[in-house]
Amino acid sequence: MRTLFLLLSVFATATAAGENQIVLKDGQGKNLVISQCAMCHSLDYITMHAKILDRAGWEKTVGKMINVMGAPIGDADKKVIIDYLARNYRK
Amino acid sequence: MVDRRHFIKKVAGGLAALGSWFLLPRSGLAADPVAADTEVATIMDMLPGKKALIKKSYRPPNYETPVNYFDAPFTPNDVFFVRYHNSVIPEVKAEDWRLRVGGEGVSTPMELTLEQLRRDFKPAEIAALCLCSGNRRGLFQPHVPGVQWGSGAIGNALWRGVRLKDVLAGAGIYKSSVEVSLDGADSGMHKSSPDFIKSLPVAKALDENTLIAFEMNGEPLPHWNGFPARLIIPGWTATYWMKHLTEVNVLSKPFDGFWMKTAYRIPRDRFASGQFSSQETLTNMPITEMVVNSLITNLIDGQTVPAFKPLEIKGVAWDGGIGIVQVEISTDDGISWHLATLKQDYGRFSWRQWHYEFEPKRTREFRIMARATSHSGASQPLEPIPNPSGYHHNAVQKIAIQAA
Repeated sequence: MRTLFLLLSVFATATAAGENQIVLKDGQGKNLVISQCAMCHSLDYITMHAKILDRAGWEKTVGKMINVMGAPIGDADKKVIIDYLARNYRK
Repeated sequence: MVDRRHFIKKVAGGLAALGSWFLLPRSGLAADPVAADTEVATIMDMLPGKKALIKKSYRPPNYETPVNYFDAPFTPNDVFFVRYHNSVIPEVKAEDWRLRVGGEGVSTPMELTLEQLRRDFKPAEIAALCLCSGNRRGLFQPHVPGVQWGSGAIGNALWRGVRLKDVLAGAGIYKSSVEVSLDGADSGMHKSSPDFIKSLPVAKALDENTLIAFEMNGEPLPHWNGFPARLIIPGWTATYWMKHLTEVNVLSKPFDGFWMKTAYRIPRDRFASGQFSSQETLTNMPITEMVVNSLITNLIDGQTVPAFKPLEIKGVAWDGGIGIVQVEISTDDGISWHLATLKQDYGRFSWRQWHYEFEPKRTREFRIMARATSHSGASQPLEPIPNPSGYHHNAVQKIAIQAA
């Protein structure tokens, strides 16, 4: 809980005002996607690629975020995130 | 970390009433072909100190300029496009800012204040076009991942500062040096995120046109465009124009960070642009010079204009620093071409404005195209040249207007 609180306070200071109005589609894994992806960037990066990436594209992109950009996301969470994106934002 | 929460204002009037997540009506989508095609709503948003721009992403902030602002020879600072790779963007104070000049390739590392830069080096000024490598990426078919830029990640400005070569001379460069790396104050959210560091061939760093600029159009650089100082590499795409410049290192071997080795690369021999031999592989190379290009700035696809009345078609044209020799206009879908009139020349690194008078003598659709040619003879292709990251989109624009 304490960790969660700390994460939320970091998140709150890091976000730009407008991005709080971005609404992602409901679905399994949505909250995890919000908490993990929005640590580093606004969620419009997801909606922007909705008509562009297929499942393989999302796998590659999430992999890049972890392996190249240094997102601290474990394998179990990675799978949930990819499943959510491929299900809800696939071209 | 910057908290911009209380600074950001929504566009006044109707847009604000609808909130930021509004969808333009179908008829309005033509103004933003990227939005129309990717079904992403066009959102206008204001960063502190900027007018409303087309928001591509909030964080990191990526905002493009509506093309109608390009009717002016120099793009006003408060509408100049904004592009960042990282979310942590400190607001640098001029008095705290230091530029470190070092690396294994210099004999005398230095640290300079803004005051020292202004006082100890000869001032230099240049009109130069700043163009995001991925401008018009959103128009590639099939789509490629990355910020889905329309035509507005571009701006022309008068930059004033000092020459990088003069600063480097003070540090004493060894002749064996290969590249000069550039770092700015921004960074990623995690220590493990690759810092945004770029490098230049030594010859480009020592080019007399390469500046460390602290003024833009007669004013200090806006925060979002690199305050207090940024690199200006005329002719090269903006990825090298490091903002909030903090560090310049002279290197004895090629820089191998992510943003050079992996990102901003184009297939070799596909574009007529400059070399960067220390960074080339068998198959690809870094993007370098801008390719010849043009943009119609006062017409949008689907627009209705009065028939039997003169219509001034306006636009801009540019290349990587050789200079524009001509711009041709077609009003019949590319069957016949006519020379546009070029306006004032602000130097070979500035864009060149042009205009062409046309009278639609029927009530029907007209297909307008513009095609620029540089002094080298290079011209624009009818279709964009495919490449994995969607750079160098310089296809001839095709705009359909309705005369009624």
